Amino acid sequence: MKQLHERAHELLEQKAVSVIIGYGEGTEGRVRPVFIRTLEAVRLLVWDDRCRVNLAVYLNKPEIRKFGFPIAVVSTPATVRTIVQLIAEHQLSIGDVVVLVRENDTVRALIQKEDLEQYARNNPVIFPPFVIEEIELLKKMSIEERFTYWQEELAKCFKCYACRAACPLCYCEKCITDVNQPQWVCVAPHPVGVFEWHINRAMHLAGRCIECGSCTIACPVGIPIALLTIEATRVVKEEFAFTPGIDCNAPSALSTFRVDDKETFIR
Amino acid sequence: MSHRTFTITHENLLDVLTNTIAVGNRLVAPVRRGKKLFFRDVQEVQSIVFDFIQSDESPKDLVFPRVEPMLAHEYNAGNVYLIDFAEKLQPLPTILFGTRPCDAVALSLLIEFFNEGVGDPFVEQRAENLTIISIACTRADSYCFCTSVGVSPNDSRGSDVLLTPIDNDQYYGIVLTEKGNAFVKKGGDNFIPSEPKDVAQYIVTLREEFTPQEITQRLANAFNHPLWMDASLRCIGCGTCTYVCPLCSCFDIQDEGTQTKGVRLRCWDSCGFSLFTLHTSGHNPRHIQSERWRQRVMHKFSYIPQNRNLLGCVGCGRCSRLCPADMNLKEHLCTITKEMTEVKADR
Amino acid sequence: MKEFEPKIVAFVCNWCTYAGADLTGTSRIHYAPNVRVVRFPCTGRIDYNLIIKAFERGADGVIVSGCHPNDCHYTSGNFHARRRWIVFRTLLEYIGIDPRRIIFSWVSAAEGAKWADLVNKAVREIRELGPAKEFINMKQWYEFEKALGGFRG
Repeated sequence: MKQLHERAHELLEQKAVSVIIGYGEGTEGRVRPVFIRTLEAVRLLVWDDRCRVNLAVYLNKPEIRKFGFPIAVVSTPATVRTIVQLIAEHQLSIGDVVVLVRENDTVRALIQKEDLEQYARNNPVIFPPFVIEEIELLKKMSIEERFTYWQEELAKCFKCYACRAACPLCYCEKCITDVNQPQWVCVAPHPVGVFEWHINRAMHLAGRCIECGSCTIACPVGIPIALLTIEATRVVKEEFAFTPGIDCNAPSALSTFRVDDKETFIR
Repeated sequence: MSHRTFTITHENLLDVLTNTIAVGNRLVAPVRRGKKLFFRDVQEVQSIVFDFIQSDESPKDLVFPRVEPMLAHEYNAGNVYLIDFAEKLQPLPTILFGTRPCDAVALSLLIEFFNEGVGDPFVEQRAENLTIISIACTRADSYCFCTSVGVSPNDSRGSDVLLTPIDNDQYYGIVLTEKGNAFVKKGGDNFIPSEPKDVAQYIVTLREEFTPQEITQRLANAFNHPLWMDASLRCIGCGTCTYVCPLCSCFDIQDEGTQTKGVRLRCWDSCGFSLFTLHTSGHNPRHIQSERWRQRVMHKFSYIPQNRNLLGCVGCGRCSRLCPADMNLKEHLCTITKEMTEVKADR
Repeated sequence: MKEFEPKIVAFVCNWCTYAGADLTGTSRIHYAPNVRVVRFPCTGRIDYNLIIKAFERGADGVIVSGCHPNDCHYTSGNFHARRRWIVFRTLLEYIGIDPRRIIFSWVSAAEGAKWADLVNKAVREIRELGPAKEFINMKQWYEFEKALGGFRG
């Protein structure tokens, strides 16, 4: 933490960044995002095991962008991958973000393409145990059981769109669910509308999801929604040998193709 | 009324609830789904959760469901058929058990709001068939702030029966309305008449951080205060706070259907969304998140008090507990009342 | 009892499968009448949302068909579509919807007989699967008595 404070102090003093997005003490033992703009505020930064939420989501927020690039972000391995993916999708440029990461008990600032990619490659996102359990559980189910499982889970959804808001890769100014001419996704949170929303979310994040789990952490009713995008990313990884978030120049998995893509179901 | 106050043991209470289900009432009570606590229809009273501070979802959807069909229409062989759901609605007699007093207050205010003026047949009919049995709070956490917004942990407003847990696994209860009386009557001998008691010792004490007057006064001139931007920087703009709020009542009317038939639905909406105020022209009067956050706070603590002489908040703390970005409403209100320096109102 | 007659929607591309289906007709080949053909410029245009909407509006099965790989009128529309189908199909299966209800195929403008075979086989298979119960289940909410209660989750 001391190292982080020193680094942050240095960055602000040299005016190398306009703001540092980091974690600070929240309420009831939670951590919350903080935006450090002055040297006095640097002491508010904390960095421990509770810091799991992906702060890259704020890089898309107009109010934060207004401070001006470069912006520093206190990053977990998932955040680094997100930033690489955002660069690949032309939402950020190299040099816009100073990525603060922990490596071997030191705090490093990554800026260059090579550093970011190397760190992303060497530090895969690790799922918490309950996610792995849930994935295994779903694997063992029959298709009917899976249908019941998801219908029960999705019935809780009241479409607050916390999953969308918390996702750093859901940056569209106009989401497909907000399009009403034509209305692709039913607005109402009834079974059909909820199903449509979640399948759309998963399809739009297929091959882009970093698997940070921010959507599941944000969901106020406890739906394990990350499982859908994790599955979508798994397919893309297995079928097209494509991993999002490790290459700053990678094209998008679903808007490219290979002539020899394999499938077994087309007649 | 034969008696207004009574005691009942925990076991007998469960028996009474089992009976209410057996005679065809719908019982809605707090139950766990995974790690979360919801108000859901209960078949087995054993599944009811008693030991909690606050549920994750508010019980407001019992009177104001997240999707409410208002009318349906069908075009068939040159004729148009209309179904008015308000006329057909026949809500089941429902016992809402185990709400916190703040929720009962909230429900009564929500019902009052919808019934103002021309009234709302959906909310009205659901409310008529709803009996609310609330349980006073013996515990609270740091997110709770009911006492600061004029509600108390054993507030009796809105409840039909108010129970207070006392010693020896017993509850002390007060019957507050005719509907409550009917519920108690059906329970028969299980309810033991008792002298009115002072149960203050069992009720949690919660520090009053500010007063409703303070906050309303401060907000009157605060529209252009820089605080809104500072406070809402970490807000990610989801609708969690409004959807779990027992008093948020904004809705969106949606038409769904095909060429020949369709249905008109009333769905929840949230001032936290940018789409909420987006005009057809493309102009958005609240184009950044700080303006939407300001709207939520101002609506609850300034505009509603101006119109109805009450606050749009009961201090249940759900919005703060569930906020993904840890936007703590109590903390924000404390900042507004304690630290906010006056800013000249500009025109 | 009358046999279950599935409703099948076919999303086909203008340049190959639609022409192929035309050839089936002009060749006077008989095939099952359960299919409603919707013509698209290209398989690349066949959004997965269209498939979902078809099921929601009462289809029991969907056929999606276009030009063979390397034959696309727009050179690569079908390649893009193929990637999307691979992901979409897996996701549907993951969320509990039987992917056998969606039949993907390549039918060229010269394959009139293949189109007839495809449709006949699809009707047989989907008849065996029965009505699209998953969507009927989700749509139950719209039924009058259930809808009256409002949706609470």
